Amino acid sequence: MKLIFHFIKKEFRQFRRDRKMFMTILIAPVIQLIFLGYAATLDVNTVHTAVFDKDRTEKSRELIRSFEKSGYFQIDHYITNYDELTKLLDKGEVLMGLIIPPDFEKNIERKESAEVQTIFDGSDGNKASIAAGYSQGVVSGYSQNIRFNVLEKSGKIIPMSGTIQPEIRVWYNPDMTARNYMLPGIFGLILLIITTNLTSLAIVKEREIGTLEQLLVTPIKPYQMILGKLVPFTILGFASLILVFTVMKLWFNIEIKGNVVYLYFSSFLFMLSTLGGGLFISTISKTQFQAMIISSFIMIMPMIFLSGFTFPIENMPRVVQYMTYLIPLRYFNIIVRGVVLKGLGITDLWQETLALFSIGIAILTFASLRFHKKL
Amino acid sequence: MFNRILTIAVKEIRQIKRDPLTLLVIFIFPILMIILFGYALNFDVKEIVIGVYDQDRSELSREFAVSIDRTEYFQVVKYYENQQQVNKALDSKDVQCVMVIPPKLSEDFYAKKNVKIQYLVDGVNGNTATVITSYVGAATRNLSNKYINEVLEKKGIELYQPVIINQSFWFNPELKTTQFLILGLMGSILITLAVVLTAVAIVRERELGTIEQINVSPLTSIELLLGKIIPYIILSLIVWGIILLFGYLLFDVTVKGSWILLFVSTVFYLFASLSLGIFVSTISDSQQVAFQIGTLISQLPSNLLSGFMFPIESMPPAVQILTNITPTKYYLIALRAVIIRGVGVEAFWEQLVYLFIFAIVCLTIATLKIIKQRK
Repeated sequence: MKLIFHFIKKEFRQFRRDRKMFMTILIAPVIQLIFLGYAATLDVNTVHTAVFDKDRTEKSRELIRSFEKSGYFQIDHYITNYDELTKLLDKGEVLMGLIIPPDFEKNIERKESAEVQTIFDGSDGNKASIAAGYSQGVVSGYSQNIRFNVLEKSGKIIPMSGTIQPEIRVWYNPDMTARNYMLPGIFGLILLIITTNLTSLAIVKEREIGTLEQLLVTPIKPYQMILGKLVPFTILGFASLILVFTVMKLWFNIEIKGNVVYLYFSSFLFMLSTLGGGLFISTISKTQFQAMIISSFIMIMPMIFLSGFTFPIENMPRVVQYMTYLIPLRYFNIIVRGVVLKGLGITDLWQETLALFSIGIAILTFASLRFHKKL
Repeated sequence: MFNRILTIAVKEIRQIKRDPLTLLVIFIFPILMIILFGYALNFDVKEIVIGVYDQDRSELSREFAVSIDRTEYFQVVKYYENQQQVNKALDSKDVQCVMVIPPKLSEDFYAKKNVKIQYLVDGVNGNTATVITSYVGAATRNLSNKYINEVLEKKGIELYQPVIINQSFWFNPELKTTQFLILGLMGSILITLAVVLTAVAIVRERELGTIEQINVSPLTSIELLLGKIIPYIILSLIVWGIILLFGYLLFDVTVKGSWILLFVSTVFYLFASLSLGIFVSTISDSQQVAFQIGTLISQLPSNLLSGFMFPIESMPPAVQILTNITPTKYYLIALRAVIIRGVGVEAFWEQLVYLFIFAIVCLTIATLKIIKQRK
């Protein structure tokens, strides 16, 4: 017991020597948190538009105005020929070109259908289809208005019926900010970096410098060595969690609705698997650089993308969805979101907790055995 | 001078070849990410799972729910009997949205009153919630118009659309999103590898002390840098080729414009990325620090701020200005112009200028840092 304690003390002394390293590691997630908080929105709220008005009448200007009034379209250019439109679309300066035909007003007054044309830059399929939906809405609203005006003038009784309006209420996150959804994901991220990345690095570094051999000739037993290596990083993980909590609360005003003790407990369960992962990587890499790229590029990054951190799991194909059941970060994210945003507790999330525990124990046992053999 | 650069480059290549595991990771990583992004990750909200609480149980209300179900965006999976079930529905994540139809929908509608249908949306994922909100809003208004028209028709009022809209999409008529994401991925992977590899390679030399040996040799710093960088330019170009090849084989991403322009833009981008890598090496004192700062400084802005995942126009104005710090933004504009739109250099030459300026700024700061350190 005493041996392990001394070993842990030694590790902490080493941490102090790498101050720049830890500054980066602690500050990185905070910067990420702030960036994500402000930049991550998929909304399309400004459609840059060029208008080619061949009609130049009251009616055509009215249509243009209703585009502007919708709040989604920003008319940057009024153009007078197709070449200009081609150039603007080629350059990607506008997302949409609106073309109003020469006899627009005449057709409306003759009660014939007037056709307006919209041309989109389809490069970003997502953005184009959202903008197309907006323009559809504006034109059909405008069209409906004209029809009612015509009916009203002809003296027929309007309305003949009521209307059905949507009334939308958003739960849990009324502002619909992506922020609240993504920020809790930072917990998993920082724990992954600290426990997987740093654990593997610390062990490989010791091997690279040759101090691991020195340790082997001391009376310390392998399990004591594993514990001595893992405990300091667990403590470090908790310290960084507290830091992130504080930033989240002070900067973004997000409070933890649920039980904090349960949150720490599940963080510990999550760390079982990430520490195990770090230990495993240390057994397959020879140099620090190998350990770094394997843990970041092959483990952490795919894991983050598949965990539902930024991309919702429901959108993935079935096969990939089943694969995500093997990813501990998936369960941890569900738990963190549940506790932080919805105030759920262990009774609601016992399945995820159990999964986290079993996967953690399995990975850690496997990695320890491999590490043992390698020694 | 040229000979000396070549010697250093050959030495560096030999060193890279000695570490096949690292090479393997460098080649597997982009393939892994392409497969992930091509098949599994997207923001499309395909089918919104919806539950219905019909308090009216009239012909109109049933018709309404069925019509919603029939659109391609919604799938009604549950009907609720009482308010308690509704309250639990979102907590349990069974549905993403609950439609609550008021008791007198049909009666009020035909009595020429305006009625409201309530939608409760799970807002935990702000982005998904935004999409759901706009879909249910549009669907409800469309159905409302349809019913109003039916009433009008029964009264014998002729129906016509005063204004119709004709929409077309250039460059990508099917509005596929995969190729857009793959281009973003290309930018993100290239900069990450280029920055991390150069920064770590330079710092490693310093850490091992071999840089002192080189310092006493007749090599100048410029020769050393160039010699060290050339192998990584070659490596990055190979990775670039892999991404293009897999993009073509798996997702049919073809280059519509000129290959020469594509190559030139990529070389400019790599030049900017490597300069950033050199800058990172001057502020790091160990491989670990170089790696951490390198991934942070390359990945974070290129994923979040470059327009790869989130549209720049929708960010707050201050953040929009901040997006200029990442060269990936410029590269992506160039890539879209050449690969998706197939236009000439006149549409994006400014981007190449920005990339060049970015590289010069990075190199200047790095040189100043080195001069200061020598003193």
